[in-house]
Parts: sequence; structure tokens; C-alpha cells
Amino acid sequence: MTLSRRDFMAVTGCAVAFSGLAALPAHASLVDEQIKAFTGGAEIGQGGIELDAPEIAENGNTVPINVSAPGAASIMLLASGNPVPSVATFNFGPLSGARAGSTRIRLIKTQDVVAIAKMEDGTYKMTQATVKVTIGGCGG
Amino acid sequence: MAKGVKPRVKVPKSASAGETITLKTLISHKMESGQRKDSDGNVIPRSIINRFTCDFDGQNVIDVTMEPAISTNPYFQFEAVVPSAGEFKFTWYDDDGSVYEKSKKIAVA
Repeated sequence: MTLSRRDFMAVTGCAVAFSGLAALPAHASLVDEQIKAFTGGAEIGQGGIELDAPEIAENGNTVPINVSAPGAASIMLLASGNPVPSVATFNFGPLSGARAGSTRIRLIKTQDVVAIAKMEDGTYKMTQATVKVTIGGCGG
Repeated sequence: MAKGVKPRVKVPKSASAGETITLKTLISHKMESGQRKDSDGNVIPRSIINRFTCDFDGQNVIDVTMEPAISTNPYFQFEAVVPSAGEFKFTWYDDDGSVYEKSKKIAVA
């Protein structure tokens, strides 16, 4: 059987795309591990949680982040592109007025910031926002 | 104890009973991430504040676990319910074992 050029491209193109995919999760798995440790492998729903992050952050050393999830017991923040993805976990006590918190975080490069809320009924909600970083933090 | 650590908090002087108020906290701390290298290429060891809590008369408002990705001079803004007159107590826990505290009284008008 002789392969036409078109066949050849179709086959190798597929292989390249596949190997590209296989190489990616090396870092993503860190984030997945953190999520799994937080949720214990439970299913994660969408909605019911809001993450306010700037679309473009000029200085990655201090990026203002605001997260809120009504009815949450705790909220975990992850920066998927950082060498250490975990950022902070807010645990709300009985006198918490709103299940929300603001802080400033470091981002090394343009990436997705992920917020996962553990609700009081034991379910989990997730949202994410992409932040473009002009000058990264962390390094030096 | 890390040098030059100064906690600052912003709490309203008074509130009505049951009101939800906004609290702001800032503490000066270099928050060395443990990722940076000095001019000789040696890694600068991590030195951060790893936990922040806020309590009102012994009842917890918020308890934050902090990682190196929190910026220098950690800032937090959050909301709390004021059931009666009392005192907010803010506590920061450093990697080196130091504990920084600040208290603010609030009156019920």
C-alpha cells in the first residue's frame, strides 16, 4: 500500500496533536491534585460563585482578586500557571457577614485563576478567570 | 521575628446590633516566596505569614490559609456581623513561629 501525501499528513498530524496533548497535563495535574485534595474527588458544579479579577494585570506581583460565593463554608483560590498553584483558602466562621473576601496575589505569567467553593450543604462550585500578566511576579 | 512587621486594621468605631460591616487589614511583611534567587544564584528561603484569623469575642469570623502566592504586605478585606458591642481580634501567624496581634473595639450605637 502506498500512502498519498494527504494520507500521510492526516496520520502524522493526528499523532502530533495527540503527543502535544499528552505533554500538557504535566503542570495541569498539580492543579488537579489540589482540587482533588480539597473536594475529595466530589463532583464540582458551576455557578453560585463569582471571581473578580482584572483582565489585564500590569504587575504580576500584586493582582487584586475578589471572590464571593453565598452559602460557602470555604473558598480555595488556585493560580494554575504558578510554580506552586495554591494561593489561599478562606474559611468562614459563624460571624462572617458575607461569604466573600478580597486579597492581592502574585501571578508569574498570563494564566487562569481558579476559585472553588465548598458550600455548607457539602457540594462544590467552581469558576475561573483568565488574567493577562504583563510583568510576572514570583521571579527575581 | 521578621523585621518591620506592622499590622494595620480598619474597623468602624460603631455599628448597630446585627449589622454587617466591612473590615480591612494590611500587615507589612516581605512574604519571601522561596522561589526567588539572590545575586549569587542561591535560593532565598521562604518566609511568609501562613495564616490569618479574625475573631469577635471568641467567635470566628474568617480563617485564611495563606501560601507564597499572596503578595508582599498581605491585604484582606471581608465582612463581619456585629451581634453586640465587643472586640475584634486579628491574628497573623508567621512561618518562623511569631504571632502578630491587633485588637479593635467596636461600640453598638
